[in-house]
Amino acid sequence: MRAPPSPTASDPGNGDGLMHPVEITFDALLLFSMVVLAWQGVHARNMFRAVVSFIMFGLLTAVAWVRLEAPDIALAEASLGAGLTGALLLATLGRLAPERRGARRPKVVKLSTLPWLTMGLAGTTVLLAVTLTLPAPGLGEAVLAAMPAAGVDSPVTAVLLNFRAWDTLLEIGVMLLAVIALWSLGQDVLASKPRLPAPALPALVRLLFPLFVLSTFYLLWRGGHGPGGAFPAGALLAAGLVLALLAGAQVPERMRGAPLRWALGAGLFAFLVVAVGLMWAVGTFFAYPPQHASILIAIIEIAAGLSIGVMLTALFLGGEPTDIKGGGK
Amino acid sequence: MSLPPGTLFLLASALLFAIGAHGLVTCRHLLRKVLALNVATTGVFLLLVTLGRSGTAVDPVPHAMVLTGIVVALSTTAVALGLIVRLERRRP
Repeated sequence: MRAPPSPTASDPGNGDGLMHPVEITFDALLLFSMVVLAWQGVHARNMFRAVVSFIMFGLLTAVAWVRLEAPDIALAEASLGAGLTGALLLATLGRLAPERRGARRPKVVKLSTLPWLTMGLAGTTVLLAVTLTLPAPGLGEAVLAAMPAAGVDSPVTAVLLNFRAWDTLLEIGVMLLAVIALWSLGQDVLASKPRLPAPALPALVRLLFPLFVLSTFYLLWRGGHGPGGAFPAGALLAAGLVLALLAGAQVPERMRGAPLRWALGAGLFAFLVVAVGLMWAVGTFFAYPPQHASILIAIIEIAAGLSIGVMLTALFLGGEPTDIKGGGK
Repeated sequence: MSLPPGTLFLLASALLFAIGAHGLVTCRHLLRKVLALNVATTGVFLLLVTLGRSGTAVDPVPHAMVLTGIVVALSTTAVALGLIVRLERRRP
């Protein structure tokens, strides 16, 4: 069951045709709401309101990605940009002292208008000039031409895990580094204690969690030929784990030491093993032999997906998991 | 009424970046600074993907870059929020 290499790339009328008035109205409304919500997210008087505006801004951004024909990014934005970031922000807000949550007018630094306006306009002009001189077609055709040797059918997955695998390797390194930075700050503070004494939530989570795991593997499998892959899959797994934590689940005692650390490092480890192995076998870092590309990418993707899920959950916890005195069961 | 496609998205991305950068400089509250940074990041992502659509073939490279960027932005936000919570605890 394989889709053609790139379903959207050859569709005429996406590139430079004119748009229907309805589409223009929809885009205008969407983008206008995004700008207003972004402004509220930064400047709303009440901090809680600011955070909720920001979460809504993230959801609308996901719709904007769909409008821009970027379903991969829409999936990641809805789960990470709106979902997990929102949960993190709300958890942080709950930890701030009440007077710092502020229902007062936010304190601002007064800027002198003229120099900043001049600098802003000058910067925008330079950027505009640079934008207009960019080579128009970009790398779309180059990627299409290289797709047969990529080992996967989805162009975005091909770029992420084959053509620019180096970037993805470093990105997973950055995530692991963020987890290490948080762990080095001390024990978890953000979300370890169940705040909601709701009896229905644990039951619901017990019901939903297997579905989260199932969807994770579906997205991993789908990543080879359509929108999906390691990042949305990892995000979904993290969403399930975070929900379980919010319902009062704890990281099991026997998982806390080595198993957790291995799960955190698995993505980076698989990446490095494949990269160094290829260097030893072929002579070049990350040069997949085309006949093995498919299986190598699948190995990396599964390891990275699970590892990303665990790392995102660790980022949500905000520190090394510990026992909670007097917590739930 | 006819606009070249992407005009609205370019305009919105510029506005979002401006709101974010302005908020990052002017707000005193650290949590607001984090929110402003995230808004500015979204502006940059919109710009990248909109520019990637201008050719005849959809360019997957900006898509991959933005996916990477979203995850890096989330990692940054998580570390920043962790630091903010610890900072608040020290405050008398």
